[in-house]
Amino acid sequence: MTLSLENLQSRRVDPDKPLLEVDDLVMHYRIKAGEVSAVDNVGFTIHQGEAVGLVGESGCGKTSTALALLRLLPANAEYISGEVRLNGEDLLRLSEEGMRARRWKDIAMVFQGAMNSWNPVYRVGDQIREVLDTHYRGEMDIEEQNVHIERLFASVGLPAEMVDRYPHEFSGGMRQRAVIAMALACSPELIIADEPTTALDVIVQDQILKELKRIQAEMGMSILYISHDIAVIAEVTDSLGVMYAGKLVEYGPTSEVFARPRHPYAYLLLRSTPSITGPRRQLAPLGGEPPDLLNPPSGCRFHPRCPFATEKCVVEEPPFAEISEGHRVACWNYEDVPELEVELVR
Amino acid sequence: MTTEAATQTKPLVEVTDLAKLFPISRGLFRAPNEFVHAVDGINFEIAPGESLGLVGESGCGKSTTGRMLVKLLNPTEGRIQVNDGDYQRDVANVSRSEIKDFRSRVQMIFQDPYESMNPRRTVFDTVSEPLAVQKVGTVPEREERVLELLGLVGLAPPENFLFRYPHELSGGQRQRVAIARALVMNPRFVVADEPTSMLDVSIRISIMELMTELADRLGVSYLYITHDLAVARYMCDRIAVMYLGKIVEIGPTEDILANPRHPYTRALLSAVPVPDPSFRRTPVEIKGGISKAINPPPECRFIERCPFAAEVCRENPHPALFDVGERHHAACYRINEI
Repeated sequence: MTLSLENLQSRRVDPDKPLLEVDDLVMHYRIKAGEVSAVDNVGFTIHQGEAVGLVGESGCGKTSTALALLRLLPANAEYISGEVRLNGEDLLRLSEEGMRARRWKDIAMVFQGAMNSWNPVYRVGDQIREVLDTHYRGEMDIEEQNVHIERLFASVGLPAEMVDRYPHEFSGGMRQRAVIAMALACSPELIIADEPTTALDVIVQDQILKELKRIQAEMGMSILYISHDIAVIAEVTDSLGVMYAGKLVEYGPTSEVFARPRHPYAYLLLRSTPSITGPRRQLAPLGGEPPDLLNPPSGCRFHPRCPFATEKCVVEEPPFAEISEGHRVACWNYEDVPELEVELVR
Repeated sequence: MTTEAATQTKPLVEVTDLAKLFPISRGLFRAPNEFVHAVDGINFEIAPGESLGLVGESGCGKSTTGRMLVKLLNPTEGRIQVNDGDYQRDVANVSRSEIKDFRSRVQMIFQDPYESMNPRRTVFDTVSEPLAVQKVGTVPEREERVLELLGLVGLAPPENFLFRYPHELSGGQRQRVAIARALVMNPRFVVADEPTSMLDVSIRISIMELMTELADRLGVSYLYITHDLAVARYMCDRIAVMYLGKIVEIGPTEDILANPRHPYTRALLSAVPVPDPSFRRTPVEIKGGISKAINPPPECRFIERCPFAAEVCRENPHPALFDVGERHHAACYRINEI
């Protein structure tokens, strides 16, 4: 058996090579009142070894996008169109069995709320063993599995004796570490982390994010972070996409988007995020309410709340156009969006 | 603390040696011998019109403190004095007959706007309830007052919201209703326990702005309980940092952020994510996770995790708050060495 963490560390990363390509993904939820347009024309690429973030507020479609990539959507969801290619292979065209073989092994997930990720009546180590049993049936004996699980625990900073403990014996931070250990079990190329630190206190959050960053670099993995917290995304990602009402409205290198957001929503999101560093900027609130996706607004979905909206925005949907290398914006008036000026309080 | 200022105006709220111990039950007929020291001897003051932020991680005792201040919990020890003009009371001595009067002066806003409202009651019922309980005005007068409040908290036009139910409102609108309810009796002091942490960023700012504006306009003081230091920066004149039932540092907001003195405050600040990818922080490493507050040993609460723990910390009881600057205090024996 050749599976070991030492092997994982030698994975060679070509940062120009795409790992996951999402093209024109459209997905609806069917509910009594009609069809909810939850993910609409979302497209982005995650390269080898890259950390990408999807950020947005509740109901913007970021979690639905993640679940759609994994094909873990609830029964009332309907794929309308699009492709999700992992190393060139379209996951949406795989059989259910083919997809199952890829989950954990090629793409693993770390979900929000670590308590709910565990079955309370099984030892944590045995739950990880289940993943190994599924994907390496007959390839690993019990001894090899034990060694591997202990090594996984060590890689996320958990002591070996915790392997035989039950989930309730773990603190919140330790449980989230164990979830990450499980995600690493088959050394996947991509981890999808949906709000991986949302329920945790800041110090523990910081430890977990550092751990993920280290593992990502050492193992040559890619990570897709999903978060409502733009500060967390700033800390851990290379590129980010901002979602609004089921649409990707801006996508680009993290440093570039933070320095000069071009979509009005991204701009306002940044202007409404308080920070403990730097001068005390005047925060700008975003008026109005998020739209009803049963009946999304015409034209640009952000136009009812957008201070830069013109008549064109009401009738015609803007293209997701590239404005510089790797930086795309869906806005007719992105040139009118000012620089993030530093306007001080009082 | 400047003595002139203290003698000129009496603080609105004075908290002295406040403690709350929760017994851990060992069975029906056995007296408990273990206690969770949720709040363990804290002192602070809030001036009229001032807002004090109480920050810390889950389980540090910040919500317990808030609940004692509004008399939802009774303290095990210590004193909470409220001075509102002629009204001067130790909260512990407020009797059942006086509780209505107390509640018209001290109010609370809760974290979860989905749970703090009765789903079967309209906005009018919810906001006018304090008036009904206090037997203030006639029904038409109450309606007028509710409309005024709804306008004040930015629910426009107010008539359209009067007879709506909570499920017909968004999270932000519900929190506005909760603020209206807290302010309907014109209180002098409001305890706000994480009022924006359930809200999306874009809505959070408008609620924060609303609360600040109302404080300025109505002269309300807040005890603002939050785990989010970035939010505290915008809402509070001063910040008190709590760790395992103790206030470990207290001082003016910008001073605490720019010049933290306690090792725990430093660790906390260095862990807060910053919405700026070019920002490079100086990491502060602390050990392990938060300890339990069950029968804690007498020495410094932070000793197990503190990278600067020394002899002096092990041999002495939990340090008192030392003066480290203009109205800035920190509870650490080694402040001058680190």
